[in-house]
Amino acid sequence: MSVLRYLLEKEFKQFLRNSFLPRMALMYPLVVLLIMPLATTMDIKDVSISVVDKDCSILSKQLIEKMDASNYFTIYRVERTYAAALEQVENGQSDIIVEIPSFFSTNIDKQQPTSVQISANAVNGMEGSLGASYLLELLHDFSQQIYPSQLELEQVGPVVSSLYLYNNTLNYRYFMIPGLMVFVIILLAGFLPALNIVSEKEIGTIEQINVTPVKKSQFILAKLIPYWLIGVVALSICFTVGWLVYDLAPVGHLLDLYLLSLLFIFIMSGIGLIISNYSKTMQQATFVMFFFMLLFILMSGLFTPVSSMPTWAQVVAAFIPPHYFVDAMRSIYLKGSTLFDLSSEVMVLVLFSILINLWAVKSYNKVE
Amino acid sequence: MNIFSAFVKKEFFHIFRDRRTILILLVMPIVQIILFGFAISVEIQQIRVAFVVSASSPSKTSIQQLARKVDANEICSVTHWYSSVDAVDAAMKKGEIDVAFCFQEKEPHHLQVQMLIDAVNPTIATSESYYLEAIVTDFLRKQQLNTQKSSAVSLIQPSVQMLYNPQMLSAYNFVPGVMGLIFILICTLMTSISIVRETETGTMEILLVSPVRPIYMIFAKMVPYFVISCINLATILLLAYFLLHIPMTGSIISICLLSFLYIFLSLSLGLLISTVVKSQVAAMIGSIMGLMIPVTLLSGMIFPVENMPWALQRVTAIVPARWYISAMRKLMIEGVSITHVSTEIMVLVGMSVFVLLLAFKNFKNRL
Repeated sequence: MSVLRYLLEKEFKQFLRNSFLPRMALMYPLVVLLIMPLATTMDIKDVSISVVDKDCSILSKQLIEKMDASNYFTIYRVERTYAAALEQVENGQSDIIVEIPSFFSTNIDKQQPTSVQISANAVNGMEGSLGASYLLELLHDFSQQIYPSQLELEQVGPVVSSLYLYNNTLNYRYFMIPGLMVFVIILLAGFLPALNIVSEKEIGTIEQINVTPVKKSQFILAKLIPYWLIGVVALSICFTVGWLVYDLAPVGHLLDLYLLSLLFIFIMSGIGLIISNYSKTMQQATFVMFFFMLLFILMSGLFTPVSSMPTWAQVVAAFIPPHYFVDAMRSIYLKGSTLFDLSSEVMVLVLFSILINLWAVKSYNKVE
Repeated sequence: MNIFSAFVKKEFFHIFRDRRTILILLVMPIVQIILFGFAISVEIQQIRVAFVVSASSPSKTSIQQLARKVDANEICSVTHWYSSVDAVDAAMKKGEIDVAFCFQEKEPHHLQVQMLIDAVNPTIATSESYYLEAIVTDFLRKQQLNTQKSSAVSLIQPSVQMLYNPQMLSAYNFVPGVMGLIFILICTLMTSISIVRETETGTMEILLVSPVRPIYMIFAKMVPYFVISCINLATILLLAYFLLHIPMTGSIISICLLSFLYIFLSLSLGLLISTVVKSQVAAMIGSIMGLMIPVTLLSGMIFPVENMPWALQRVTAIVPARWYISAMRKLMIEGVSITHVSTEIMVLVGMSVFVLLLAFKNFKNRL
């Protein structure tokens, strides 16, 4: 046991005497959690519209004013031709073209249906369709204003209402903050260990360990424990910022969050150490870790839901540990799930941590 | 010039003799673009619905008809039936269902439907709400039309056209984003590490006493990585076109020119990092941690820049990837001519000059 204690002392000294690492471990979560939640928003606002008004009647002016008055839209410019409006979309000055046909007001006066063409820039498919659907709603409102008798069916008709649970203000930031915490943990607890052993290899100090009676498991454990501590400190900073700045306190138990995070940090550092063991140079270790990191971040459901992926990608996602952790963090944070509710996720994470860390011990070879 | 080519040759040897690294560098972008091009998507593919019906409910038959209709939809599936609302919370906490339908009836044949939606992810929750509401309204309206006639037709009949991406594929949006991410990270990593490693292993000293001027030495470091990045660019563009069916409507020359500029900027950024940090670990952490989060979150790759608060939008202006991704989307998908992206090009040129000058100023030719 005392061997482990000396090894730990060595690791901590190494970490603390570095002028860069301790400061980064503290500052990184702080900066990320302070700035990044502001960026992660999907609420669309200020969609700018180019109107092609071929009618130029009072009615079409009213429609344009109604669009301009809405919270979602601003009118960029009113044009005469579609080509001029398309030019503005291509320049990125406006997002949607609304084309009001000639005879718009004449048709409506005669109570004949008339068309309005909406062309949305759909390079970002979701933004395009959201903008278009808000605009459809607005047009529907407008047509009811000018011809109110359509209301009848709605009044006697069906009532469907939606109640949003767990995040009833539909605040996207509440969804992203637990996700960003996972992002920080993946980077900190994954990268630092990946560079650790391989840097001992490059400097040559690993030879000195190899000639001592230190056991493989002791060596790996001594490498893992400091990252545990770093992870817990970083996580505590994240929790505090989330609570103080964004007023987001976990609905579930803090203890559950910590237990689960400890398990996850254990997995991430294990992966880092495996990569470190197999690499000869830091460059190799970094590129391999970088590959896994992108995989973890983009396919774990952190930003885009796993359920939206094609089936084969969901199979890949099933082998990605952060996938389970992201889900569980969000459930505990927003829904107040307990570890018991999340037993299947916890089981998978436990399994991962055992396998990965056994592999980490196995892949460290004292014999060259 | 002879000395310069000798240096470039040295760098190429350096890279090609490390088989594993070169393999990673050439294969990794291919895997990434295939994986993410197909996998990243925000379209809803599955909604798990539960029905909460008390045993004594009189309009059970119509509820069952509704359930059948919901189940018949390709995205929705009715997975659970509960007799009281209490079960909903427990099921949602376990993540078993997404939406629960509750019913109230004031009078026979007049159902009121309330949807309880798991809103942890607000965007998904809103889309689910729209989607299911349309199904339910349609169902109830058809039921009612049997009892009463209605001829209400909306006077304004809008038709919606989705420009550039009529099928609304997520890949159209994400492929330029992933390209922006991969290039800047790989390029900065490659240059910064390779320069700092020379310092760490001590070979830098040997290079510095050679008669070659430091500027040549540094350009020599950038040349091989530029070549590798161009190979990556070619494979990515081929994959995007043939496998992911990205339209690539703009001129291929302007796409390549823009990418060359961006690669050059990323390499210079790596150079700048290498002049600031002392160890490989710091170089790596600076390149990855310093770039990964801003590039994924502040570049418009996932979250549109226009939706951010005003102050943060100004901050995103210093993220090179933002300009590259926006220009690439215009060129690859909208198919506009290069004059439409002149702002982006100007900014990227300005950034390259600035970064390069700063790096030269910082570069010490004495240890």
